[in-house]
Amino acid sequence: MSDTAKPMNSARREFLSKAGATAGAAAIAPGVFLTTPAVARPADEEVSSDKRWGLLIDTAKCAGGCDACVSACETENGWGGADNSEKLSNDEQQAQWIRKVQLKEKATGHVTTLPLMCQHCETPPCVDVCPTGASFKRADGIVLVDKHICIGCRYCMMACPYKARSFVHEDLKDQKPWAPRGKGTVESCTMCVHLVDEGDTPACVVACKAENHNAMFFGDLHDENSEISRQLEQYGGEQIRADLGLNTGVRYRGI
Amino acid sequence: MKLALNYREIEGKSIGFWVLLGGLGLLIALALGAVLHMEHSGHHVTGMSNQIVWGMPHVFAIFLIVAASGALNVASIGTVFGKPLYKPLGRLSGLLAVALLLGGLMVLVLDLGHPDRLIVAMTYYNFKSIFAWNIILYNGFLAITIVYLWLMMERKMNKYYHSAGYVAFVWRLILTTGTGSIFGWLVAREAYDMALLAPMFIIMSFSYGLAVFILVLMAAYNWTNRPLGNAVLYRLKNLLGVFIAAVLYFVAVYHLSNLYATEHHAVERFILLDGGIYTKLFWIVQIILGSLVPLAMIYHPSIGKSRPAIATACTLVIIGGLAQLYVLLIGGQAFPLDMFPGYEVTSSFFDGVVSSYSPSIWEITLGVGGIAFALLLVVVAVRVLRFLPETLDDAAVDPHTAKAG
Repeated sequence: MSDTAKPMNSARREFLSKAGATAGAAAIAPGVFLTTPAVARPADEEVSSDKRWGLLIDTAKCAGGCDACVSACETENGWGGADNSEKLSNDEQQAQWIRKVQLKEKATGHVTTLPLMCQHCETPPCVDVCPTGASFKRADGIVLVDKHICIGCRYCMMACPYKARSFVHEDLKDQKPWAPRGKGTVESCTMCVHLVDEGDTPACVVACKAENHNAMFFGDLHDENSEISRQLEQYGGEQIRADLGLNTGVRYRGI
Repeated sequence: MKLALNYREIEGKSIGFWVLLGGLGLLIALALGAVLHMEHSGHHVTGMSNQIVWGMPHVFAIFLIVAASGALNVASIGTVFGKPLYKPLGRLSGLLAVALLLGGLMVLVLDLGHPDRLIVAMTYYNFKSIFAWNIILYNGFLAITIVYLWLMMERKMNKYYHSAGYVAFVWRLILTTGTGSIFGWLVAREAYDMALLAPMFIIMSFSYGLAVFILVLMAAYNWTNRPLGNAVLYRLKNLLGVFIAAVLYFVAVYHLSNLYATEHHAVERFILLDGGIYTKLFWIVQIILGSLVPLAMIYHPSIGKSRPAIATACTLVIIGGLAQLYVLLIGGQAFPLDMFPGYEVTSSFFDGVVSSYSPSIWEITLGVGGIAFALLLVVVAVRVLRFLPETLDDAAVDPHTAKAG
């Protein structure tokens, strides 16, 4: 009896200890996981303003000569060199959703580089000026273009303080199903909305991390426990053309 | 004794009439061909790019739209301000306003990335957009001016045309305010972002619209051998002189305001001193040829009385106006956005550099087609309806002046 009872007791002990450990882990999890990972939003659930997606770019870590974020965006969204999608357009006509900008301080000669893309403003001038409402902002702060009602007037491009938008100057083939592009319409960085809605991270941020530069952070600006919010709280972050009061979703450190 | 004015259709049987119609038709056909090419191939065949997003079509379209509201002034002076000398010109004024606006809208719409989605622009409105408001203002202007014309031309309805004239006058002021605000409210670009652009566009419309009106009036009366007296012509050209001077005043205030603010010194230096084509267009075409020369011609004691000189002055005002819009529109975009004050900026997307633009033949053809379309509408309208008085000699328009003279 005791021989047979021993394994049973051992199994019970094992179960109890595992259950206890799980319960304990669950109890202290909020303390252990100091940041909240992005969670996929069910497809039938409306986008909510509880979240505001944002990016933080640490220019001190952004390496000169590295354009991994740009290449990753091209591959993910099917523009630029990756697919060589615009063969007929000249350099000034080809779309650029994200670009590396080099800044040289006139007074000191100090050089900084940073990626520049749609800044996903809280009050986007492109949305204000769009006559048809094709240019719009989702409740979670992502600024997009509805390609079905864009008439190609380009007024949003005139209004954008960051020159973040491009017009498609020719017919395109073999587009990515998740990033439709069309001749005669305007486009820009979507903050990889198709990935974000799946709980994933924008391609540029992933690529920056893969290069071990870790200069880009993505997350929910409304969640004080997200890494981006903690970084911003600890080190601060600037907006490009903060004087315009647009409250951008993309923040920079070190400019 | 008050002479009754007889309005009559033009005869429209001469070879010249058909050559004019054919020529205008050809220009419109060429413009439509250019549009098919641009829309089929995409805008890569134009000189426009992601740096210069609005190009030559917009220069023509905005000129025509601004001139349209200005062309209506002649009717307004007759109706709203009660000047009898202008009353016989009211019908042509209204017609020209409608025609120029349609010509401008034709160019604007056919340059869209998706002209096929015009219905979208008419059914989806973002009421925070001044562009959307402009669509309403343009359509309203057309409707109001057509009603105004009808009330002027239909004898039974004559008693109501004063009210329509007031509405049209107020509406045209709002419309040009809207057109100026398309640029004035662009906070991001240094050459724009100034509330002054709204009244400046109004005064520009006075000048451009009147210059076009005088030219069309002279051509119409000359080519149909109808008398056009000096009383009308001199009054109009003297008024044009006042408008040219007023535009110069606004241009001076615009640049002086910018020059006072240190942050705008770079863009002013670009336009006024070292902007290449834009500097040349500004000083040589807009200021000297387009403003000072016609001003001198108009007020010169002998040259100012010569009809070819008056026509030349009007043509110069139009050329100067196109140059003014080119400098404002294209020059304003060519100058780089100042995102990082205190830094030299470089990138693969032409940040920090002056953008280049050379207009393609397609864009220019479309713009010229818009002018041709406006003129064709006028020619056809004066052929089929009674827009033009049979005579505008001094005795007919102002017996008092004629007697005194």
